Amino acid sequence: MGSFSLNQRAAIWSLVILVVSLFVWEMSIPAQQAAGELTEYERLTGGGRPKAGVPPPSQVLVKAWEQLSNPFYDAGPNDKGIGIQIGYSIYRVLTGYSLAALVAIPLGFLIGMSPVAYKALNPFIQVLRPISPLAWMPLALFIIQDSEASAIFVIFICSIWPMLINTAFGVAGVRADWVNVARTHELGPLRTAFTVILPAAAPTIVTGMRISIGIAWLVIVAAEMLVGGTGIGYYVWNEWNNLDLTSVIFSILMIGVVGMALDAAFGVLQRAVAYVE
Amino acid sequence: MSKPFLSIENLTQTFPDGKGGNLTVFEDASFGVEKGEFVCILGHSGCGKSTIMNILAGLAEPTRGVVKMDGYAVSGPSLDRGVVFQNYSLLPWLSTLKNVTFAVQARFPNWSKAQVTKHATKYLEMVGLHGDVIHRKPSQLSGGMRQRVSIARAFANHPKLLLLDEPFGALDALTRGTIQDELLKIWGGTEQTVFMITHDIDEAILLADRILLMTNGPFARVAESVEITIPRPRTRTQIIEHPNYYAIRNHLVHFLGTRSRELAGKQSGEGAKAPRTVRIDKTTSTEAAEEAPVLRAVND
Ligand SMILES: Nc1ncnc2c1ncn2[C@@H]1O[C@H](COP(=O)(O)OP(=O)(O)OP(=O)(O)O)[C@@H](O)[C@H]1O
Ligand SMILES: [Mg+2]
Repeated sequence: MGSFSLNQRAAIWSLVILVVSLFVWEMSIPAQQAAGELTEYERLTGGGRPKAGVPPPSQVLVKAWEQLSNPFYDAGPNDKGIGIQIGYSIYRVLTGYSLAALVAIPLGFLIGMSPVAYKALNPFIQVLRPISPLAWMPLALFIIQDSEASAIFVIFICSIWPMLINTAFGVAGVRADWVNVARTHELGPLRTAFTVILPAAAPTIVTGMRISIGIAWLVIVAAEMLVGGTGIGYYVWNEWNNLDLTSVIFSILMIGVVGMALDAAFGVLQRAVAYVE
Repeated sequence: MSKPFLSIENLTQTFPDGKGGNLTVFEDASFGVEKGEFVCILGHSGCGKSTIMNILAGLAEPTRGVVKMDGYAVSGPSLDRGVVFQNYSLLPWLSTLKNVTFAVQARFPNWSKAQVTKHATKYLEMVGLHGDVIHRKPSQLSGGMRQRVSIARAFANHPKLLLLDEPFGALDALTRGTIQDELLKIWGGTEQTVFMITHDIDEAILLADRILLMTNGPFARVAESVEITIPRPRTRTQIIEHPNYYAIRNHLVHFLGTRSRELAGKQSGEGAKAPRTVRIDKTTSTEAAEEAPVLRAVND
């Protein structure tokens, strides 16, 4: 394989792994079904539903084709296209996440610049940070009295910490030499912040933003399972209640793909702000 | 005698030594620099030259003592004091050109963008950087090129006082020569005052009106101020033929070689003491200066 580049060889291997696992999956399903000839109990409970078992990948592919060819249909509260559900989830994630960024980045700047602010706020951060974001849900529901806003609040609270901590860390670590350049050129505090400290700390800040968006996407699925109504998390749960495992598997894959896309977007941003010392 | 343009009075710097005690780097450094003067400071590594320069720049506070420029105490950094840092201190996320325009914009906020770029390009060209090099990031430049960017950035701002910390350290002999000439040209054409740290004795003789000599630290002192009695304009090839050249050079070598050590480490406790002025001039005297240059010193 000497004539292939590293990337080409890796791509070939990925493809091989994919095909082999799909094949093994596909092959193992009929065997399972054959072994499990419908028992009396199954006939009574789920006998009318042929899709109660784990579906083979071919079925998932058919489902994906079906869903993705018409992602935005809306046939009532329990039957919406996958595009609409994912759209709701992304909307909640981006809203909560943006609010978190608006708070975390300026506050992180302050903490990074001022040792007093750091020492004063650190105990709060240390206590609040390890709390599972979902633990806030009951309190949020009670106080906000709105499930939509509560889900957004949970996203806000889970995405704030990595951004806050990374911003503070990045700002505090800006090399004194660069700050001295700003000082010898008599830049005011605001211009120093925007032209020297922000670009210097940007790689660390964006790393925090990337971690946050990842966590937010993890949390939204769980939050929507709790809150219900709309969103990809609700969709998964709803299909599970319908015992439509094909849809469950398809939506799991979609969660992965969207998460990857969000991460990739921040990867691009990260490369844009990176610099070599 | 009127106060000099830049006056350094009783400068003392101590740092924590990391073991709970204090380390006095230098003590009661006092000297003056006249307007338009070119002063070099020579001393062994670690004696506190960069520390003094940071204080002159207003970036650091001395433990004791004051620095006055134009009669006013220096209390912080200013555009009037341009600095070429020992480690270049370029902003790595900006291109070479942007590193300079950044400074020019700060100095001349009313200039148009085109004006700023033109000015910056001119100074980059002056230090031998032109073409597509100026659009590269500092990390893509050689050490010597980075140093030149840093020089261009400081020169472009026409500060009243130029503070240079080993500005030519990373340059090859040829480039160094060219940029020394540029520095002299810029300095000669303006009322600029230059305070420069160097390790290179020949460079100091070529450039300076006066050379300050520091003893070794800790408790380093600015012990002598040696006048360079070689008329300008000077060129590298001509100065070595001047009768004073070797006398001055020997004096400096002798100081750095032995006397900086002999004088070092003594806690004088005498308070402010101006450095001893040394004037070596063989053109007006018949005595042999090289043998005993110390005898030729005159206290003022
Ligand atoms: N922030 C600091 N904390 C503690 N000690 C320091 C600090 N800055 C400098 N020093 C000490 O002060 C002394 C003088 O340092 P400085 O950088 O001024 O030396 P220098 O004369 O410029 O040397 P070189 O020629 O190698 O550049 C050194 O012994 C150094 O260890
Ligand atoms: Mg130094």
